[in-house]
Amino acid sequence: MSLKVDAPAPARRPGPHPPGPAKPARSGGGLARFDLRATPYFLVSPYFLLFTLFGVFPLGYTLWVSLHDWELGGDKTFLGLDNYIELIADEAFWNSVINTVGIFVMSTIPQLVLALMLANALNKRIRGRLFFRLGILLPLVTSVVAVAVVFTQLYARDYGMANWFLGLFGVDRIEWQNQSWTAWIAISTMIDWRWTGYNAIILLAAMQTIPKDLYEAASLDGASARRQFWQITVPMLRPTLIFVVFISTIGGLTLYAEPVMFEGNPTLAGGATGQYQTVAMFIVKEGFRDFDMGYASAAAWLLFALILIGTLINYSFTRRIGGNK
Amino acid sequence: MLNSKRQGRLAAVAVMAVTALAITSCGSGEPAGSTASGGAAAEPVTITVHTFGGGENFGYDKAVEKWNAEHPNIQVKYQNLTDRFEDVYLPQLLQKLQAGSGAADIVGIDEGAMGLMKARSQFFADLSQYGLESRKADFPAAKWENGLNKDGKLFALGTDIGGMTMCYRTDLFEKAGLPTDREEVGKLWPDWNAFMETGKKFQAANKGKDDPKFIDGPNTLYNVLLSQEAPKNGNISYFDKSNQLVIGTNPAIKTAFDTVKSFSEAGLTAKLASFTPEWNAAIKKGGFATMGCPAWMLGVVSGAAGDENKGKWDVAAVPGGAGNWGGSYLAVPKQSKHPKEAAEVLNYLTGKEGHVLAFQEAAAFPSSIPAQQDPAVAELKNEFFNDAPTGQIFGASVKDLLPVFLGEKHAQVKTAAEKVLEGMDKGSIPYGEAWTKFVEAGTKAAG
Repeated sequence: MSLKVDAPAPARRPGPHPPGPAKPARSGGGLARFDLRATPYFLVSPYFLLFTLFGVFPLGYTLWVSLHDWELGGDKTFLGLDNYIELIADEAFWNSVINTVGIFVMSTIPQLVLALMLANALNKRIRGRLFFRLGILLPLVTSVVAVAVVFTQLYARDYGMANWFLGLFGVDRIEWQNQSWTAWIAISTMIDWRWTGYNAIILLAAMQTIPKDLYEAASLDGASARRQFWQITVPMLRPTLIFVVFISTIGGLTLYAEPVMFEGNPTLAGGATGQYQTVAMFIVKEGFRDFDMGYASAAAWLLFALILIGTLINYSFTRRIGGNK
Repeated sequence: MLNSKRQGRLAAVAVMAVTALAITSCGSGEPAGSTASGGAAAEPVTITVHTFGGGENFGYDKAVEKWNAEHPNIQVKYQNLTDRFEDVYLPQLLQKLQAGSGAADIVGIDEGAMGLMKARSQFFADLSQYGLESRKADFPAAKWENGLNKDGKLFALGTDIGGMTMCYRTDLFEKAGLPTDREEVGKLWPDWNAFMETGKKFQAANKGKDDPKFIDGPNTLYNVLLSQEAPKNGNISYFDKSNQLVIGTNPAIKTAFDTVKSFSEAGLTAKLASFTPEWNAAIKKGGFATMGCPAWMLGVVSGAAGDENKGKWDVAAVPGGAGNWGGSYLAVPKQSKHPKEAAEVLNYLTGKEGHVLAFQEAAAFPSSIPAQQDPAVAELKNEFFNDAPTGQIFGASVKDLLPVFLGEKHAQVKTAAEKVLEGMDKGSIPYGEAWTKFVEAGTKAAG
C-alpha cells in the first residue's frame, strides 16, 4: 500500500529520488517549473540584451545605412547596392585592404613565432621565472596611444632614434612614412612590442597543461629538446594556437590606432598616397571626415566579410599544425 | 569559435557603435536651467556656448564672466569641447544637428567647415530675425559674406580672422648673413620671386645635410599663396559659386601649386607636413627659417617652440600682399530653445567688447573693424616674437581682404589636395605626376 502512495514520484522523476523535494513541486505547480527552466535564461539575459543592443542592432542599422547615400547631417537617398559596387571599384579601398593584410602578415607571423619561443623558454626552469613572466606582459598594460607616440618618435626622420642608429652604419636617413614597406615595418614593430607578450602568456598557460610524462617518455626514447618541441609541444598546443591566431587575425584586420598615431596629424589618410591607410582608417575617414556614412557602412560590411574570410583561411592553416608527422 | 565570431561582428560595426555612443553622450550638453516656456522674460535663461581649439581657444572666459555679472536673466555657460575641430568637434556637431538635440545655443564653426554649414541652412537660425543684419558695416566684406548661407540668410558672425605674415627665425637669418630687422626682412621679399632669391641665398649658406632649410614645408606656403590668389580669380578656390569643383581649372590653384612646386624643386623646404610632431620638433630645434603665419599661427609657433626660443622668432610682412587663412564663426542652431537670447549673446561675443576681451585672452586677431581699431588691439606687441607690433601688422594685412567662396566640401578637398603636396615634397609622388594626382585626389574627395 505504501508503495502505491509513493509511486507517482518515481514516475515523474526517474531514479531513486527521496520523496522530500518532490513535494513542493506538486504544491507550487507550474510556477516552480517555470522558475526552474526560466531562471538560467533570465540569469544569462543581460549579456544577450546588451549584445542585441550594441551588437545586433548596429549590425542591422549599418546594413540599412550602407544601402543609402547617407550624408552625416545631410540628405539620404536609397541607392540599393550602389555603394558596394562603387567600393569594389575603388582603388583607395583595395589599397587599404592591401596595407591591412600587409601589416597583418608582417606583424603577426614574427609575433606568433616569437611568442611561441618566449613561452617555451619561460616554460623551462629558470631563475626568476615569475619576474620574466610578468615582465613580458608589461607592454600590454601601456596605452596603445603612448606606444604609438613613442614609436613614431623613434621612427622620426630628422631626430628619430632609428635613423640615428642606421646613421652609425652610414645608412642614409629613411623617411619611414614615405614608402609602404618602411611604414609597414614601423607599424608592425608597434604591434609586436605590445602583443607578443600577451600571446606568449596564453601559449605558456597551454604549455603547462601538457602532461610531463610525455616529455619524460620522449627523453627516455632519446628525443632531442628540439624534436620534443616540434613533436609534442606544438601539436598539443593546437587549440590554443587556433585561438591565438583568431584573435590576432581579428585584431590585425581591424588595426586602427597605431597607423593613425603614426601619421602625426590625424587626417586618417595614412600618408600622402595612403601608404599605410588600413581598412578601419578608410571607414572612419569616409564616415567622419567626408561624412559619407553610407559608403563607410558598406566598407564596414566588406571588412566584416574580409575578417570572416581571413579567419577561415587561418583556421584551415592552423588545423594542419602538427596533424601529421 | 562562437566567441571569435562575435568579436568579428562587433568589430565590423564598431563605427556605428561609436556613433551611438557619441549621440547618447550628447545629452550632457543640454542647458541645465532651460524651460519649455522660453518666452517668460522674468525667468532666468541659460545660454550654452560650445567652442573648440587648443590653448586659450576662443578666449571667452573673461567675456562670459563680464556678461554673466551684468545679465542675471541670461546666464551664459561656456564650454570648450575639444582642441580638435575637424575630426572631433565637426562630426559631433553634425550628429547633434541631425539628431535635433544636444547642440549648444551658440556653436563655434571653423572657416574650413563654413561651406558645409552654409549648405545645411535647415539647421541654423536666421540671425537677421534678431536684428543682427545691422552689424554688416562692422566686418570686412569677406568675413561678412561667409556668414550667409546658401539661401542668402545671415546665420553666422565672425570671431577671429587670419590675416597674413611671414614668421622667421632671426638667429638663422643672422647666421646666413641676412638682415634680421623685421622692416628690412619685409623689404627682402616684395613678391614671391624675391622670396625665392632670398631662399637660395639662405640655402647657399646652409649647405650641410643637417643644416636648416628655408621653409617648413609645402602646407603653410600653399595656403598663404592660395589665400592671395583666390581673390584675384573670381574669389573662388576649389569650388565655384554654384558648388561645382574647379580644382583643375581655377588658375588660382594652379598658380599656388606651381609656386609651391618650384620652391620644393629648388630644395628650399624642410619637407615637413604641418601640425605633425616632426614639424613641432623642427619649430623648436630650428629646422627651418620661415613659415607663412596667419594671426592664430603665432600661438601655434610659440606653443611648439617653447619659452627657450623666446625672441628668436619674429614676424615680417608676407610676400604678395593681403590674404586670409582661417578664422572662426559663431552660429545659433535652430534647435536652440532660446534663439532670441542666444542671438543677443552672440551679438555681444562678436561685438567690439567681446572681440577685444577674447583677443586679450587668446590673441586671435578680431575680425570686426571697430575691435581692430581699438587701442588694445591696434597697439599690441607680441613678446614671444621679439616684441613685434602684431596688432599693427595684422591690422594692415586684413584691411583689403576680399571674400573667398568656400564650397560645401571645401575641407575634404583641401585635406586631400594638401596630402598630395606633402607627398610631392617628400618624394613619394614624382614632380611630373603631382598635378594630375592633385586634381585626382581633390576630385575624389569632392565626389
